[in-house]
Amino acid sequence: MSTLLEVSGVSVSFDGFKALNNLSFAIGPAELRAVIGPNGAGKTTFMDVVTGKTRPDEGRISWGEPPMSLLGKSESTIAMAGVGRKFQRPTVFEDQSVADNLMMALKKPRSPFSVLVFKAERDDYARVEELARVIGLETQLMRKSGELSHGQKQWLEIGMLLAQEPQLLLVDEPAAGMTTAERQKTTEILREAAKTRAVVVVEHDMDFVRRLDCKVTVLHEGSVLAEGSLDHVTQNQEVIEVYLGR
Amino acid sequence: MTDATLFGPARGPLVLRYPSVLVFLACLGLFTLGVTVLSEGLGSGVISTSFVKTLGKTLCLCLVALAMDLVWGYCGILSLGHMAFFGLGGYAIGMWLMYERTRLIVVDSLAASGLPPTVEEISSGIATQIFGVVGASEFPPIWALAHSLPLQLAAVVIVPGLLALVFGWLAFRSRVTGVYLSILTQAMTLALSLYLFQNDSGLRGNNGLSGLQNLPGMEETPQALVSIWFFWGSALALGLGYVLASWIVSGKFGSVLRGIRDDEARVRFLGYPVEAFKLFVFTFSAILAGIAGAIYYPQAGIINPAELAPIASIYLAVWVAIGGRGRLYGAVIGAAFVSLLSTWFTGGQAPDLWILGYRLQWVDWWTVLLGLSFVAVTLFAPKGIGGLFDLINARRTPQRHGQDLGPDAGALREKEADE
Repeated sequence: MSTLLEVSGVSVSFDGFKALNNLSFAIGPAELRAVIGPNGAGKTTFMDVVTGKTRPDEGRISWGEPPMSLLGKSESTIAMAGVGRKFQRPTVFEDQSVADNLMMALKKPRSPFSVLVFKAERDDYARVEELARVIGLETQLMRKSGELSHGQKQWLEIGMLLAQEPQLLLVDEPAAGMTTAERQKTTEILREAAKTRAVVVVEHDMDFVRRLDCKVTVLHEGSVLAEGSLDHVTQNQEVIEVYLGR
Repeated sequence: MTDATLFGPARGPLVLRYPSVLVFLACLGLFTLGVTVLSEGLGSGVISTSFVKTLGKTLCLCLVALAMDLVWGYCGILSLGHMAFFGLGGYAIGMWLMYERTRLIVVDSLAASGLPPTVEEISSGIATQIFGVVGASEFPPIWALAHSLPLQLAAVVIVPGLLALVFGWLAFRSRVTGVYLSILTQAMTLALSLYLFQNDSGLRGNNGLSGLQNLPGMEETPQALVSIWFFWGSALALGLGYVLASWIVSGKFGSVLRGIRDDEARVRFLGYPVEAFKLFVFTFSAILAGIAGAIYYPQAGIINPAELAPIASIYLAVWVAIGGRGRLYGAVIGAAFVSLLSTWFTGGQAPDLWILGYRLQWVDWWTVLLGLSFVAVTLFAPKGIGGLFDLINARRTPQRHGQDLGPDAGALREKEADE
């Protein structure tokens, strides 16, 4: 299987603290992957490095086919290259309607001048409506997204990610603060998305990870501790120590 | 379902899709007509020429407030140096006005002496007239284009635009945001002002440029008429600026701008080059401010470096805050309301107040009142005067609050979501 994203030997340190320590990670073009690990294991830093928010001290990040390096690229360039990111807290533009949020995320030219003369056509509206249906917000299009419930905001953000049509989705704790019914729907959305692209889910909640039913990577102290099915990694002695020994 | 009617491709011209633009233009038109009919120059004379000038200047201040609202209210860049661009626009037009008028006077006086004057004689005559006050008699290099109206008009746009472009590029590229950016912009306007205060800056130091109200070659035209022309010019500029600004903030561009204001990092991860957007809006806004200044100072008659002092830009921010930032008409209302009120209070027309035997004179106390109202607006009415229009609108549109926010029973209710 070819790889879409390959992170090799990446290290990041903040004031002497090694957030990532010689981390290597690879994911294929249509794969669902859960990344778990205790607090401070480097899960969020891993995402920061891939999306260009944090520059690694050393290591390589290669992306796509033919491979290109993501090192030194700006956040917006990396996003346009096909990496979408969802934050831990739902971050949607609360002051704007659901439709505006989705419209902004649609894959279109991003330079100021092309945005200035952009005029949404029938197709674009159709696409926004379709996305809204996927995330279950088709009746809420004209609502200010600030009025949505916590779970709906999370979905809207996932919808915005899908609108970007990324090849890789990085999702940080999508199920945090959701009700059971909402979690179920989130699982469905993510699994559906992973059929056509790579999805990396960072999650604390083991039940949620089990429901995703995918390969799991365990991070600890900035590097990969174990990798495999959930059952496989939960039987790993080191993983048990890391999780229970704290 | 209401969605079907609201959601879909936009139709019709901008002014029809956004009624507030139409209402604004109608108000501006009526106001212009009213002032014209009551003016000394063309009407009954109820409004004095000096007050027509005050009103014209106020419209220019509204335009610069509009520019400020674009960067601050929509894009979240609190620029505390915007009056620098306004002043530069004024200096650019002032140079031509002063040069050309002095030239006509010099040519006249040399012609009276008999022999036809040489080009050098005229040039040194103008230079002595203009720069005698700072002890110089030669043109500094920056006056090289002052003889040409089209070139100086171009400078009105280019100089503030270029300064904003370079300053913005340096600041935004280094991701300077928030209060640090505000401090930088203050430093910019302060530095510019201090530089212009020097006699060898080439712009007559603290004397500034004066006599700008006299249009060269139109000495015969009474000021009553000139003032009305400038008033119309100001109204036209404000109207056009308003429509242009509405167009910019109405579509997806406005969406991205507000996104940058609310969560810059998120916009970046959506793939938008945030710095380029900021630079675009900052430069555009500086150009708008420059144009406003170029129409303002011929009505004021004089420009000096004190106009670029940091306090001027802070006042601008106060107007926009009181008017209501994040909505264009709010900025216009704030600028008009506060600056006219300020004229009234500081003009000595406001009656003194007796408090416990202390005579409170508004000329001294007006700034205190303004400061207090700024604090009050920030704390208690962050939407400013423009927020009043929301109250009116809320009356007309049906209440849809109090229902479940989500599709299922477990979803948060509105009250919880607010918390």
